[in-house]
Amino acid sequence: MALPKYTEPHYRIWHYIYLTICAAVFFFLIAPLFVIFPLSFNAEEFLSFSDGMKSLDPDAFSLRWYKDMIYGTKNPWGLAAKNSFIIAIFATIGSVILGTVAALGLSSRHMPYKGLIMAVLISPMIVPLIISGVAIFFFMAKAGLAATHTGIVLAHIILGTPFVVITVTATLSGFDHSVTRAAASLGSDPVNTFMKITLPLILPGVISGGLFAFVTSFDEVVVVLFLAGLENTTIPIQMWTGLREQLSPTILAVATCLIILSTLILVTAELLRRRSERLRGINR
Amino acid sequence: MSSEIKQILTTDGIPLEVSLKKAERKNKIKAFLLVAPLLLFLIITYVFPIGDMLFRSIDDKMVTQMLPKTFKAMETWDGQELPEEEVFAAFHEDFIKLVEDKREGKLSTQLNYTKNGFKSIIKKLRRKSKSFEEGNYKEQIMAVHKRWADVEYWRAIKRRAPEFTSQKYLKGMDMYVNEEGKIVSVEEDRRIHRVLWLRTLEIAFFVTVFCFLMAYPIAHLLATLPMKYSNLLMICVLLPFWTSLLVRTASWMILLQQQGIVNDFFVGIGLVADDNRPEMMYNKTGSYVAMTQILLPFMVLPLYSVMKTISPSLMRAGKSLGGTPFVAFWKVYFPLTIPGIGAGCLLVFILAIGYYITPALVGGASGTLISNQIAFHMKSTLDWSFASAMGLMLLSGVLVIYWLYNKIVGIDNIKLG
Repeated sequence: MALPKYTEPHYRIWHYIYLTICAAVFFFLIAPLFVIFPLSFNAEEFLSFSDGMKSLDPDAFSLRWYKDMIYGTKNPWGLAAKNSFIIAIFATIGSVILGTVAALGLSSRHMPYKGLIMAVLISPMIVPLIISGVAIFFFMAKAGLAATHTGIVLAHIILGTPFVVITVTATLSGFDHSVTRAAASLGSDPVNTFMKITLPLILPGVISGGLFAFVTSFDEVVVVLFLAGLENTTIPIQMWTGLREQLSPTILAVATCLIILSTLILVTAELLRRRSERLRGINR
Repeated sequence: MSSEIKQILTTDGIPLEVSLKKAERKNKIKAFLLVAPLLLFLIITYVFPIGDMLFRSIDDKMVTQMLPKTFKAMETWDGQELPEEEVFAAFHEDFIKLVEDKREGKLSTQLNYTKNGFKSIIKKLRRKSKSFEEGNYKEQIMAVHKRWADVEYWRAIKRRAPEFTSQKYLKGMDMYVNEEGKIVSVEEDRRIHRVLWLRTLEIAFFVTVFCFLMAYPIAHLLATLPMKYSNLLMICVLLPFWTSLLVRTASWMILLQQQGIVNDFFVGIGLVADDNRPEMMYNKTGSYVAMTQILLPFMVLPLYSVMKTISPSLMRAGKSLGGTPFVAFWKVYFPLTIPGIGAGCLLVFILAIGYYITPALVGGASGTLISNQIAFHMKSTLDWSFASAMGLMLLSGVLVIYWLYNKIVGIDNIKLG
């Protein structure tokens, strides 16, 4: 953002102040994430930079905490990771199916009571998690699903669908309905039209909604805290317990892995978003 | 041309209007059937359970069912002086039954909520009641303990007669129904909930303000920079957005601890003495700093999407018409961003008001919010009806903001990423 030559000095100064403020805010946003990374390689048990680390002494760095994360006997990270992935995958599948079908209905111009129904479908995203947690816990306890994987998966489907509904409805808003009519006029039945025509076109939206649902489930801790028994422990629960009781560097090793995972998801989501914008012809 | 208007018919002889309506209805049903599975699923697993919370929060049948005969006998009692023998007899009958079912402990807990001092006298009554003789229960019960002869305690029992109660809601606002049946506040030093409500509002409000102040400049920068730079900077906003909440909270715990990096930095530049490092965690400061950073992306994204649609030529036009850059910004650019400000502020406020995890980890005692209190009652005291009542009080506040959000922004205009 180069300034034109004729800019007066005090605006020039103001412009540099503005850029400094922006830089500070970006630093505030991103820097905390990068603290975890070096500290997870700490050879010692402290959560601050040792003198050895500051002078870049190779002996001050080690993979000790990563080994502890994988092989440590006290740490149920393995079980937690397995549970987290299983729950998140099933919750994503459920959210994507229910959410996409609902979004198809919602974006039809014939849909009655659209505003009201949309408000209900989005509500799990707006209602504070603690309230959702209490309500879902009461339901699962009555249905006998507390402390089961099924119960947690259902809970995460509830929390994940709003994201799918929002992203897919957004994708469908730029969707040209004449292509489905063309397919119908050529003798295709609705299911076939959906699978062959609509789905491939809205796929980026569906996948990015699915990513949201996956992350929501993978990162969810409030509702799981109410629902999970010892057998259903997940990564967020283990982190929560660890952070409450004692901050061990093993948690930082796990956190580093999670940051890498979220970077991968971010890249995928961004690529999908750009592809979807290109397809919808709104690339600026 | 004939004077009467002929009805337009379709090929099968049905009037066009009727045929169109039929098709319309069919389409409506089709659209609704697509939404139905999710709607039904959410109503059963989510909307009804929230209704169940409402029911639990006002439900007070437990005592009503434990002392059915007593309450029946009490119907005619005016509550002025000690009740008649028949009330005592009915109470004795109910009580013997409870002792047989080993449920008198539950009764004492419940009655103790209404008035302190029931626990010990119920225990004593259970022991003595074994040697009770038939008849004249009033004398015998009153002889067990002097509190049984105190009309205050009988009034307290009578207050538990109705099946529904607003007591939990009053408790959530530090109020209760006193002996005369009036709603009064508890003593000043015991008003823990009001403090929490105010603190929740205060923290949510200031976090929203901080987020707005920080997000506005960077959203503007992102919207005005050329694509290739702004895409790179956007990652700084999106990476925290996609990263686990617990990871971000953990990083703040490392940064803010007393031997942490922020404190090291302050000592390094000579702002504070090494032996006098300030506590920045386990108090309000911790909640403010961590929540602001965690919620910042939710403010940046709506602002960005609005600013992106504002044409830069508008600012140039403002300047060419004689406005200084500041006037042009204030009179032209800023008003156009108000929809984004509204969306971002409401979203951040809604999220902040119900925050639980981060305050619980970095907030300590002075930085926790109402959500933490709800979780405490769900998990520790097991007073689920109270947790439900407070949850619904919080929910009603959030729903008002949600309704506002819908009015101002429209639910279908929420954008993600």
